[in-house]
Amino acid sequence: MKIAAAAAAILAALALQTTLAGLVIRGTAAIDLVLIVVVYLALKSGPVTGLVAGTVAGLIQDSLSNPILGIGGLAKTMVGFLAGVLATQFILTGPLPRFVLLVLATFLHAGIFIGLYVLLDLRQFPDPVPAVIGQALGNGFVGVVGFQLVEWLPGFVDRRRAGRFLKR
Amino acid sequence: MALADIRQRPGVLLTAAILLHVILISAQVNSASGLPVLQVVTFGSFAEVQRGTMAVVNGVGDLWAGYIGLQGVHEENDALKQELRALQVRLQQERAEAQRTDNLRQLLELRERANLDTTAAEVIAAAASPEFRTVTIDKGTGEGLKADMAVISPAGVVGRVILPSGRASKVQLLIDRNAAAGALIERTRVQGVVEGFGDGSLRLAYVPGTADVRPGDLVVTSGIDGIYPKGFVIGTIDHVDRGNGGYHVITVRPAVDFTRLEEVLVVRAPASREVPEGDS
Repeated sequence: MKIAAAAAAILAALALQTTLAGLVIRGTAAIDLVLIVVVYLALKSGPVTGLVAGTVAGLIQDSLSNPILGIGGLAKTMVGFLAGVLATQFILTGPLPRFVLLVLATFLHAGIFIGLYVLLDLRQFPDPVPAVIGQALGNGFVGVVGFQLVEWLPGFVDRRRAGRFLKR
Repeated sequence: MALADIRQRPGVLLTAAILLHVILISAQVNSASGLPVLQVVTFGSFAEVQRGTMAVVNGVGDLWAGYIGLQGVHEENDALKQELRALQVRLQQERAEAQRTDNLRQLLELRERANLDTTAAEVIAAAASPEFRTVTIDKGTGEGLKADMAVISPAGVVGRVILPSGRASKVQLLIDRNAAAGALIERTRVQGVVEGFGDGSLRLAYVPGTADVRPGDLVVTSGIDGIYPKGFVIGTIDHVDRGNGGYHVITVRPAVDFTRLEEVLVVRAPASREVPEGDS
């Protein structure tokens, strides 16, 4: 059940990401929803789940958009694993720690992704720092709001149902 | 069960995932040289391993050769030093032999050039007294030497035989205080008498004060004394003074280095013809 939910979350993020492809900052997507989902899964289920989710999501994302299969996968694998490790070592339930985690995850992901492309001389990223900072802030904001929504929504629905039941 | 085991080992899983991605990327990417990145990276990595291994092996080899393998080198070093000393002595001998050969060659050339009946002799001793400038040669009456025979060397006139014995002879050097020889200045043909002065230099006497004499002029034998063949070099004029008696006082620097005489030629009979000038 959890695996199915994770897969669904990844697929949903991918679908949404494709629709947000037009939202870019200096040639880089302003938000990486797939990365946010991977971090969330790692936070909730630990490093192994983060690793597997990062691998799967990254490879799918690579196959959809990137010329080299594996670079995005490797970046998201590392991010998922490390986010999961951090989640087991620290309390990352508050909005601020999660925001910081998402920002760090974005920097790490960009470092690996851009670094490998430049290292292999496959593509140049002139002055990537502003775009990465923008994406990190965007991921942090959207991720924190999304995490709160995802965690708040089931309880809200349950409370609504219970309220209706009591009124009858 | 196996899946659960893997989940307990995230590090292994991460390594496997990274390797999977690296292989996947390498399969699609070529390096700048056109070779697959995987091949380049693998070769580069193993080359570094090989380099490190070779460095260790070389280090051990150097250690062995530089320290452990030096046992017995002290004895070898002593033996080599001894051999070096022997070789240095041998070198000195060879060098002396070469010098002697060179001297003899020059002497032979002189003999052929002068066309004189000569006998080669070796200087075997110097004068017993510093007042007399003589040397002893290893040829005597046994080889046909007689008194008043001229003695020459490739550089010029040496002196004359004054005391021949059976197997050796005493030679009076031209620089001896009692030695003299008929001479002329090659440039002007002005004649005079060269005399020994006892201090290693010569004097050219009886040259008129009106004669054209300059330092640097070459002085050769005139042949009028009946001892020295005509045309052999005596020396060069070093200094010219006007004397009181109407003669120049002329100092001549000998052509022969009398301190280094080793081999000489004794002229047994004067040549029937003159030695060409400038060929002496």
